[in-house]
Amino acid sequence: MTNALEIENLVKTYGDGFEALKGITMNVAQGDFFALLGPNGAGKSTTLGIVCSLVNKTSGKVRVFGSDTDTHLSDAKLNLGVVPQEFNFNQFEKVFDIVTTQAGYYGIPLKKAAVSAEKYLRKLGLWDKRNSPARMLSGGMKRRLMIARALVHEPRLLILDEPTAGVDIELRRSMWTFLEEMNRQGTTIILTTHYLEEAEALCRNIAIIDHGKILKHTSKRDLLQQLSVETFVLDTDAPLKAAPVMKDFDCRLDDEGALLVEVQKGHSLNGMFVELEQKGIRIVSMRTKANRLEELFIRMVEDNARQPQRVAEGAA
Amino acid sequence: MRTDAMMTAFSTIVLREVRRFTRIWPQTLLPPAVTMTLYFIIFGNLIGSRIGDMGGFDYMAFIVPGLIMMAVITSSYANVVSSFFSMKFQRSIEELLVSPVPNWVILAGYVAGGMARGLGIGLIVTLLSLAFTQLSIHNLPMVVITVFLTSALFAVGGFINAMLATKFDDISIVPTFVLTPLTYLGGVFYSIDLLPAFWQGVSMINPILYMVNGFRYGILGVSDVNPFIALGMIVLFITIFSFVALRMLDRGKGIRS
Repeated sequence: MTNALEIENLVKTYGDGFEALKGITMNVAQGDFFALLGPNGAGKSTTLGIVCSLVNKTSGKVRVFGSDTDTHLSDAKLNLGVVPQEFNFNQFEKVFDIVTTQAGYYGIPLKKAAVSAEKYLRKLGLWDKRNSPARMLSGGMKRRLMIARALVHEPRLLILDEPTAGVDIELRRSMWTFLEEMNRQGTTIILTTHYLEEAEALCRNIAIIDHGKILKHTSKRDLLQQLSVETFVLDTDAPLKAAPVMKDFDCRLDDEGALLVEVQKGHSLNGMFVELEQKGIRIVSMRTKANRLEELFIRMVEDNARQPQRVAEGAA
Repeated sequence: MRTDAMMTAFSTIVLREVRRFTRIWPQTLLPPAVTMTLYFIIFGNLIGSRIGDMGGFDYMAFIVPGLIMMAVITSSYANVVSSFFSMKFQRSIEELLVSPVPNWVILAGYVAGGMARGLGIGLIVTLLSLAFTQLSIHNLPMVVITVFLTSALFAVGGFINAMLATKFDDISIVPTFVLTPLTYLGGVFYSIDLLPAFWQGVSMINPILYMVNGFRYGILGVSDVNPFIALGMIVLFITIFSFVALRMLDRGKGIRS
């Protein structure tokens, strides 16, 4: 089966010489829910910008459902729906007009566009606001408007660049449910996000990008299996003056006096509790410091950041 | 993209442009109507009655074609330059860039939108002029062709200006320092026969002179230049400007990084 997206040796060098992408290659299968993760400035938005034709590539290949963007750009674009990071609609236009106008750009006549616009505005809870100018919407509503606009022509591949940035928890969860439903119905989804619990909850496959290079491109399951250490935050009944020295676990205190314990993969948590009990430390609550994907992500990005230093040290 | 889909995309762009300038009609439709009415009253009625005939017509009748053309030129240009630059500024241009609309359809849509406003203003000013003078059309096809082509030319010009502009100042420089002087010196208020030979020669390199005179020929049957040469000049400029605008769109000048 043709991949929804194929990227081959994609390079982007900006006019000032900055190399945003250094030859990345990745594929996204049809029906996938895919996360493209990376720190700020890693190259995520540049990659998606090239796929959506908002950024000119320097070299490389991009294919959307088999259509090469160099030779069959129009076919590739017909399959794409894009939700950008920044609000990019005319703030003075009415919500309904924004969505139907977008459909018109895809060649959908107004009558048909109106039906599709109603469907998505209702699904995203914006139907009551259809006659309001976009500037009157709240931040969360504006994000949902961009999703409705991206879906109005029923794309097979939906690209979302930070779709839940600045959105409250309740709305974020409802957007997750909506996106999961879209994905179940067959829409391939590519997501960039800073909320790694979002990627962990929604996505099946993940690529981690940093400094214009793909560090990892694998399934979420495989990625999480690589997580060798997990950090737990333990609250004690009495404040500790210093972190205890433990046989199998590295411990330290955080700024608020909670005990941070690093547990290696395969180690039983029971042993940790027994040892703490023996030291007279009573635990009243416990949580993970960060979600598993976040932990892994931070380690990978930190490792990658140390690499040029190692090269420099080696060269010296 | 299929032909019918391209037609839908084209009409969507035009409709959006028409919706935009009619929504803000106090900024787009009213000012030229007020300004031109003042020209008719002050230059045509008050001053014109003391000037007497020009080109064989009373002064009011002489300046009406030029004033209609001036309104068409400035409105066609202003519509495209402000609309397209605003889209760039708000980044709503990305709605078009991610869609499969070919660049030539984008250009055609904006030009048609600019023409809709320019021709609409032309019609309003023409109707207003009827309150001050009687208009008899000498050559209707010439009138229609000249006003359509001139409107198209300045709409394309506005598009190029918007593509090149990086700040709001940039979209007012050309209308203020290029278009307005060329229009005033393009024979709107006088016949170039009044000028010394040297300045007549200089006037001949002003493209707006050809448009004003081509239109005046269509209405009054008099012109300082050959009206067919005027049409040829407009078509030539439209071709060159359209080519430049399309090249800019293809390269993503100012709209793609």
